[in-house]
Amino acid sequence: MTTTAPTETPLETGRYVGQNVPRVEDRRLLQGQGEFADDVWMHRQGYAHFVRSPHAHARIVSIDVRRALELDGVYAVLTGAEAKEMCQVPFFQIAPEPAGQIEEYPLAVDKVRYHGDAVAVVLAETRELARDAAGLVDVEYEPLPAVVDTVAAAEADAPLLHEQVGTNVAWHGTYDWGDIDWALENADHVVEIDRLHFHRFSSTPLECNGAVVNWDPGTDTVTVSSNNQMPMFASMVIGPTLGVPSNRLLFNTRDIGGAFGIKIGSYPQIAALALLSRKAGRPVKWTEYRTDHMLSAGHGNERVFLDTKVAVMRDGTILGFKTRAFDDAGGYLHYEPLGAVIWSQVCCGCYRFKHIQVDYTETLTNKCPTVPNRGYSRLQHLWLIERIVDIVAHELGFDPVALRKQNYVQPDDYPYETPNGCVYDSGDLPRSLDIALELIGAERWRQRQRELGRGSGKRIGIGIGSTLDSGTNNFGQARIINPELPFSGNGEAAYVKLDLYGEVNVNLGTTPQGQSHETTAAQVVADVLGVSHEMVHVTAGFDQRNNTYVAFSGTYASQFAVTGLAAAQGAAEKLRKEIVELAAFALQADADEIEIEDGTCYVRSDRERAIPFIGIANLVYSNNAVLPMELRDRYSLNCRHVYVPPFQVPDPAAKRGNLTLTYASQIHACVVEIDEETGEVAILEYAAVDDCGRRINPKIVEGQVHGATALGLGAALYEAFEYDEDGQLQQASFYDYHAITALDTPEIKTADIESPSPFTPNGAKGMGEGGGAPLHAICSAIQDALSDEDAVVSDSHNPWERVWRLVHSGERGEPRGVVVSSRDGGESVSSRDGS
Amino acid sequence: MVEAGTVQAIEVTINGEKHEATVPARQLLVHFLRDSLGMKGTHIGCDTGSCGACTVIVDGRLTKSCMMLAAQADGAEIETIEGVAQNGELTPVQKAFHEQHGLQCGYCTPGLVMAATFLLRRNAEPTEEEIRRAIRGNICRCTGYMNIVKSIASAAGEAA
Repeated sequence: MTTTAPTETPLETGRYVGQNVPRVEDRRLLQGQGEFADDVWMHRQGYAHFVRSPHAHARIVSIDVRRALELDGVYAVLTGAEAKEMCQVPFFQIAPEPAGQIEEYPLAVDKVRYHGDAVAVVLAETRELARDAAGLVDVEYEPLPAVVDTVAAAEADAPLLHEQVGTNVAWHGTYDWGDIDWALENADHVVEIDRLHFHRFSSTPLECNGAVVNWDPGTDTVTVSSNNQMPMFASMVIGPTLGVPSNRLLFNTRDIGGAFGIKIGSYPQIAALALLSRKAGRPVKWTEYRTDHMLSAGHGNERVFLDTKVAVMRDGTILGFKTRAFDDAGGYLHYEPLGAVIWSQVCCGCYRFKHIQVDYTETLTNKCPTVPNRGYSRLQHLWLIERIVDIVAHELGFDPVALRKQNYVQPDDYPYETPNGCVYDSGDLPRSLDIALELIGAERWRQRQRELGRGSGKRIGIGIGSTLDSGTNNFGQARIINPELPFSGNGEAAYVKLDLYGEVNVNLGTTPQGQSHETTAAQVVADVLGVSHEMVHVTAGFDQRNNTYVAFSGTYASQFAVTGLAAAQGAAEKLRKEIVELAAFALQADADEIEIEDGTCYVRSDRERAIPFIGIANLVYSNNAVLPMELRDRYSLNCRHVYVPPFQVPDPAAKRGNLTLTYASQIHACVVEIDEETGEVAILEYAAVDDCGRRINPKIVEGQVHGATALGLGAALYEAFEYDEDGQLQQASFYDYHAITALDTPEIKTADIESPSPFTPNGAKGMGEGGGAPLHAICSAIQDALSDEDAVVSDSHNPWERVWRLVHSGERGEPRGVVVSSRDGGESVSSRDGS
Repeated sequence: MVEAGTVQAIEVTINGEKHEATVPARQLLVHFLRDSLGMKGTHIGCDTGSCGACTVIVDGRLTKSCMMLAAQADGAEIETIEGVAQNGELTPVQKAFHEQHGLQCGYCTPGLVMAATFLLRRNAEPTEEEIRRAIRGNICRCTGYMNIVKSIASAAGEAA
């Protein structure tokens, strides 16, 4: 159990940090000169296309590639059986036994386990030929019964996906903090909620996965030019499988057209492409089709919460809750079952609940494997908590605003230790909520709602969504899933140097996908070095050959503002020290007399004595005999820094620890109007108040808030991945998967609070994922609109049909799924189930 | 081995420059632009003509280049993102996107710049509703559309 100590020297708002510096990325992107994955081209390359299973669950009886190979222009075909032969070991599994027994190779072997599972890959001269040839690969399947229900998959008689595992339960554990049974025993009210369901969806980045992979026969080095956003994780998994050491498995990225966690999951395809390249003796170019992306790139976690019981006191204090959670991992474990612990970073959400028990089961089902979609695993849990608070308010007649404010972590509570040892660093949730409500004109709308009355055909609802965006996670939490895993901590690397002519150069270990790293890193470095930000060149993208990376490098999990910028700050500080010492020598002054302005070093008291960066660089690079030996040995003007947050290893037995460094918050409020006849939900007002500590570039932060809001609204109202009982995905293109458009998205009003984090070098907190507040807010608004109906919003996805059913649920006499037991004067008296 | 009848000779003008080419009959216009001509600015985001990343202007009409065969472009005048800025000088639309932070990853941006350019040619003072309607065929996953709408409104204001 640890409390993180505040850091010493937070970055002050200088010339650039804290300003809306316009982006350096824009110039190339606005002119179509970005370099995305499909823009990469290698001499002699072939185009790859995967052959995918039409069945959700089937034995592969045979694969006949003869017709494909006969087609002119086809270079090679690789099947799963061949891939297995070429591999040293199956993919490394995060899961403990028995799920650790899963044998997964880059292509399916013997069985397919989801609609879209890849069984072979073809390499051909053109894109079109590769697709033609893939269609000529004859696969004979023996279909098997499919299991698509997350809870049913855990039953002993469910169809088994991985025989050697013997169960579909990938992980099970009970998280138990405080004493929920005591709390339920002694509470004034117990609210029981039968079932809450968080649906499957994805951020579907506009650019699909893509890579050019070359297994060079001369050097036996595999180069991967791709848009994979966590290249070192990919490397850790596929390196041993391919039998390629880390120093010969070289990833690089350039511009990435959105990723949102989905592009963490492309490592199996990349491994297949590497084997194909090795077999064919050619570079392999793969650009994923959207249909393939929908089927197989990865979906967000779907989670069911059963038998939730909430302990509430008469005065509205919510003591805590217990629930049984079932999470759906899909057909294989890609990054899962880490999701089984990641949610616990926010175990009590925004609230001071002291007693929490979660019986958590993760199951394998015949669906697309889950990947860490934006808000990974915390989103689902935060939604649960907001539904709990909302339903409690509704059932017990508490004002939803007052109930939240009463139970929120209060401004004076920070740093606040949660029941499982996480530390919320800072924030002001009540004020955030007040601002959000003011932005939507909540009082006016409450009045309007009262006036509207029945019979108008419309219902007004006011909703609140409180959420946290936990950032910079402690990978040691993986040990709570599997104590054998040698993982802990976090970090990011940066390299700042003066180049030959004194130019300032920055390399990062990150893989930005629109988060403006080139601009914000330049702001930080410029402030430290005392130069104009235009003098700082940040090389775009990740390249392993720069040696600027750690195992955790990449862009994911709302951490760049902390890890990436702290690394850049640290490297820049090292460089500044070197520059100042060298200037002191050159100008015959003491180091503390030196100041830097716009790339020139001056003696503070005598500005005639000056040396520009080009002069400093000259001393070290091409003129070092003028330096005394001790300076020659000490200074290189090439400074690398790895920022390592002050984590300890969590306690796997107690399932406790400091799991995340920072906690940004977002409080959303909205007004909706429901049409009684159609169930259409129109958004009349929408506001988001974010608090991510010190903002390095406020406009960029706001852009992230807008983006997270739109994706959240899309998921709440329009976007869902659904499978029929045969495991057929119903939404495999943008025809059926309605990605939210400009017409669907309302005006998003924003405001912000800056509660600096005491735990980070720059006071910033990671942000970007958002925490799914729109899902919470829309559910809350629909609940509010239907408060007369006794309807219970129990699903995160509320398209017209579902809302219509809720509107008419009273007439339809459906069970509510909520039971309230109340104690009066010590006796358990009433039980209301709304029948 | 190429069979007669499966290729077509075409002549197409792109950003004012004439190109002659022999294209496979089945080749999409967007692939012709990207692969045959090496013009990487027009992007692909889906395979059903739903996302707008491939938006160009063909004979003065806003067109999804993935929904057109290269062969159909014979004799056409096409404008792509590469032809928008003149000698590196960004247009008011492009400048507005930059100033209003109307792009993040940049993948939808070329399509949106074309859509915005096309809108403002027809309607110099669009309302917010008209702007949103004009870009309803362009999916953006990063920005939430707020700053895109602001960018286009700002560009309209500039030109006025």
